[in-house]
Amino acid sequence: MFIRWSAAVAAAILLSGPALQGATAADKPTDPQIAHIAYTAGVIDINAAKQALKKAKSKDVKAFAEDMLRDHEAVNKQALALVKKLNVTPEDNDISKALSKQASDKLAELDKLSGAAFDKAYVANEVAYHKAVNSALETQLIPSASNAELKSLLQTGLKIFQGHQQHAEHVAAELK
Amino acid sequence: MMPGRLAPIALAVIALSMVVPARAATIEITMENLVISPAEVSAKVGDTISWINKDFFAHTATAKNGDFDVTLPPKKSATSVLKKAGTVEYYCRYHPNMKATLKIEP
Repeated sequence: MFIRWSAAVAAAILLSGPALQGATAADKPTDPQIAHIAYTAGVIDINAAKQALKKAKSKDVKAFAEDMLRDHEAVNKQALALVKKLNVTPEDNDISKALSKQASDKLAELDKLSGAAFDKAYVANEVAYHKAVNSALETQLIPSASNAELKSLLQTGLKIFQGHQQHAEHVAAELK
Repeated sequence: MMPGRLAPIALAVIALSMVVPARAATIEITMENLVISPAEVSAKVGDTISWINKDFFAHTATAKNGDFDVTLPPKKSATSVLKKAGTVEYYCRYHPNMKATLKIEP
């Protein structure tokens, strides 16, 4: 129940992000904001993976967490190199803030679980989280990005995160 | 000075140098944007596969039958020599959607 709810909230936050900013609702996110959102989304999954590597019981769940850590760190490293090259300073914004707040709540919630219950909750959240991020990338972040290299990096991200979503769904099915 | 003895050796050297490169080829297989290409390739036992990872992600080339498991860090290459004939399906352990086939003739 909670997992479903949080996925919906994440999607709502990401999709209706500009609406949260009040009067400037019609504005789409700028490149410095998009870079910040994408980087923040990566950090969130890296932190979730680090928690899972400490707490997970199942070998498959641990391997999945290692994959998340490796890929999201690679994407974020690339993102940092790109903003440096483009001389762009990522700009904090309401979507990034909402994502970070929600993620720290999730980490605290998962921290109370252990063993198989943790494994299940972590993987279920990974499915929901990647779904929400992929949907935001597809419908909002990629169409709004104006720099071609940023757009291309987001597209590569979408491709790899779609693989992560499938992988998470597969691990979730195996845990049942 | 002793053409009778040297000629066969010279011929043998020439013959070997012509035959060897033809027998042991190097085949390039590239991983780029989460795709392995070519998706299907034929090779012979003794050939070298040059695995080229153009992505900023790490990949592996892992044979389903356990014949090889090559790890490719971001933007790095590796080689492996084919030792056994057969049709080998392989994939990336980190990104299981990346799949391809290697047909190794004796």
